[in-house]
Amino acid sequence: MHIPDGFLDTKTWVALTAVSGTAIAVSLKQTGKTLGEKQVPVMGITAAFIFAAQMINFPVAGGTSGHFMGGVLAAILLGPYTALLVMATVLIIQCLIFQDGGVTALGANIFNMGIIGAFGGYFIFSVLRKFLKNDKGFFVSAFAAAWLSIVIAAAACSLELSISGTVPLKTSLIAMTGVHALIGIGEGLITVAVLSFIKKTRPDLLES
Amino acid sequence: MKKIIIAGFLAAIIIAVFISPFASKHPDGLEKVAEDKGFLQKGEGKELFNAPVPDYSMPGIKHETIAGSIAGATGVILVFALAYGIGFCVKSKGRKVERSKKKLT
Repeated sequence: MHIPDGFLDTKTWVALTAVSGTAIAVSLKQTGKTLGEKQVPVMGITAAFIFAAQMINFPVAGGTSGHFMGGVLAAILLGPYTALLVMATVLIIQCLIFQDGGVTALGANIFNMGIIGAFGGYFIFSVLRKFLKNDKGFFVSAFAAAWLSIVIAAAACSLELSISGTVPLKTSLIAMTGVHALIGIGEGLITVAVLSFIKKTRPDLLES
Repeated sequence: MKKIIIAGFLAAIIIAVFISPFASKHPDGLEKVAEDKGFLQKGEGKELFNAPVPDYSMPGIKHETIAGSIAGATGVILVFALAYGIGFCVKSKGRKVERSKKKLT
């Protein structure tokens, strides 16, 4: 769902760049307070894994593909602030080195996949965890948060495109959320698979 | 800890180098909707600059799969370095002990 240059008008991309820039500044500050020495390599690995996994487009219905986003996975592993930095890192390299996502749309892409994925996804996960407490609840919450984060990000993307005058909301909203409801299943499955692997091999990484 | 760093890094490299050639070539969700709803052309030729490795294909390499795999490995290394670097700079403001203290309480 990387938005290219040309899809967003100036007011929309400037506003979203400001929002994402602020969120990154806050996250740098918060991460400085909480990030332990041992978590620095985990941050690097999480970002590298998410970048690699985002290259793997899997087919969904009707000649469309989708790929893993990773915001919820990163947030469960590292907390939402560090996760936002991880997502921003991936999106900045994708944009500047691989022309995946526009430069003007970078703020919007960080908003949709980073802020909604990491902050929004983590919020959903935390709320669900209050009701679903055991191990099974952990994975159910992670799956639901991952799925919802994709669908909400797709809706936000539609909204941004309509505010920009690119395509009316009623034209794109159902199409965007519909296809991403399918892609979100992949997101949930990959998130749960990686978390269960980590829980088996390095449960200490999931303690906090 | 070293083990998991190496294992995680290798996993990312393996995905980017050996699994990425099997990725679906279909347009992604947004691209497909843009195509169907007729606004895909709004993004054509609007790029602000030419990225060094466009579309995850290393330029100058004729073999498409190899060009993609090298691009993937390059990306993994760059992303790892940048994220590690950010983490290193941010944490090095000196809070080494705090976290371990917190865990005890």
